[in-house]
Amino acid sequence: MTDATVATQGAMRRWPRWLSLPPVLAMVLALIAIWYVAAVPMNVHEVLTRAERAGIAVSPDSAVLRRDMSALALVARNPGTLGESWSLDRPRLPAPHQVLVELYDSTIVEEVTGRRGIVRTGSLSNRSLVYHGWVTLNATFVGFLIGTALGVVLAVGIVHSRVMDLSVMPWAIVSQTIPIVALAPMIIVVLYSIGIQGLLPKAVISAYLSFFPVVVGMVKGLRSPGAMQMDLMRTYNAPASTVLWKLRLPASVPYLFASLKIGIAASLVGAIVGELPVQQGGLGARMLAGSYYGQTAQIWAALILAAALAALLVWAVGWLERRTLARMGMAA
Amino acid sequence: MAQAPEPAVIRADHLDLTFQTDDGPVHALRDVTLDIPNGAFVSFIGPSGCGKTTLLRCIAALETPTGGSLTVNGMTADEARRARAYGYVFQAAGLYPWRTIGGNIRLPLEIMGFSKAEQRERVARVLDLVELSQFEKKFPWQLSGGMQQRASIARALAFDADILLMDEPFGALDEIVRDRLNEELLRLWDKTNKTIAFVTHSIPEAVYLSTHIVVMSPRPGRITDVIESPLPKERPLDIRDTPQFIEIAHRVREGLRAGYEE
Repeated sequence: MTDATVATQGAMRRWPRWLSLPPVLAMVLALIAIWYVAAVPMNVHEVLTRAERAGIAVSPDSAVLRRDMSALALVARNPGTLGESWSLDRPRLPAPHQVLVELYDSTIVEEVTGRRGIVRTGSLSNRSLVYHGWVTLNATFVGFLIGTALGVVLAVGIVHSRVMDLSVMPWAIVSQTIPIVALAPMIIVVLYSIGIQGLLPKAVISAYLSFFPVVVGMVKGLRSPGAMQMDLMRTYNAPASTVLWKLRLPASVPYLFASLKIGIAASLVGAIVGELPVQQGGLGARMLAGSYYGQTAQIWAALILAAALAALLVWAVGWLERRTLARMGMAA
Repeated sequence: MAQAPEPAVIRADHLDLTFQTDDGPVHALRDVTLDIPNGAFVSFIGPSGCGKTTLLRCIAALETPTGGSLTVNGMTADEARRARAYGYVFQAAGLYPWRTIGGNIRLPLEIMGFSKAEQRERVARVLDLVELSQFEKKFPWQLSGGMQQRASIARALAFDADILLMDEPFGALDEIVRDRLNEELLRLWDKTNKTIAFVTHSIPEAVYLSTHIVVMSPRPGRITDVIESPLPKERPLDIRDTPQFIEIAHRVREGLRAGYEE
């Protein structure tokens, strides 16, 4: 190795960023096209019923017969009467533009022009997705913080104590094998019985999902310093606490961020699941309400907002990761 | 040895170390007896498996001998480790990627509780010693392998232990860089009056650097020869072409060969 190696580092050739745009765009367009196509057979029963009511001949003309026929067969037999597939009031599968309209109506329109919107009342409308998204986001953040703290503390314990290694890890793994939808109502009921309600129960469910990736990642990260690094600390006669602060924790930072990306997405899922049985706002409550009242566009709008939030949160963690690692000199 | 009145800093007496493995016991060290006088530069040379690194790790109390006695500065090896009697340089620089060069050298000082002012002063001094002063704020990946290894030597020097233990510190570097670092190391040793124990598998390196060359051989790991170098303390690089140098190198080679043929 010579001093010249310094110059070559970090000079890896990359494609310009915009070159990734066409394939990404093509993928999105393909998905939207599939969605539109799928909406036709999904909605065909309702479309034909409405056409029949409007006096148009449909085949077969018996509603009972149609009910038992496959959607694809109905589409094939009534190619000329499918005009309403993408504009039904209560579609089984709303078309993408219907979801977008619902998204727009339940966010910007509701807040700007709605009776309870932020423009008229100064506070978010409880009928808007902005409000519900905010409720979910709060629970997500609190749950994420609890989960991360718990995960780090458990990992430190596991790395330092053989007893904890043997006793905690199996339980952590078992905890993740229980379906969270089955556990969530119990957590809420138990916490309610000791007087805890509102944000915290949802945050607990959220933390329940997010602590696990943090434990696994941090155990790996805290154990990542090699034998030589540990020997060096031994030659300094450094106590375990010093090894933790000066070696193990800094060395585990890249592992921590990888876990946090999984953890924050899991936190969001946990918060939404926690909102299902409570029905006091949040994207989860919104989804369930949508399914009660056959408002599929409302469900899809909430789903898309949840997905967008998850993407945003993971991106934010990634941004923090890049900044932190650059600051620590480990970005190369 | 060389300076008769000097007391031995490191004294090994019939040292044994046997590792228990699944394939039976491995005699890493057997009956190793050796005195290292104060201020000496001792090289351990031998083929892999001869126990040279193991012996160095015993002195550093990173391994525990299974028999015999070992004292460092008159204490047991572990007491000496607790008293931070030595600085250890590993084969790889092993700098923390999240600390700057200055931060890496400060690490032992922070752990040992030096004051902030003293830390600054010492970091500046050892950086100057290894000629890396203008790299204090750089991160390790911004330096070449040779510079990183110099930084790791500075780190071992920072807290002024009397003994420097070096485990093939230049083994991963190319010949040209290694020559320069050897020269620098001699200059450092001359300036600081430390006792240096140095593991290597290069005959020229051992002969060039040492006051004492300990030739070792494997299975079981043991000392076959201890050569006191008659070379002067002042050693320019071209001393390696003198007949005296070649003669010592020859004796080392003979010692190594004898170890193999047994």
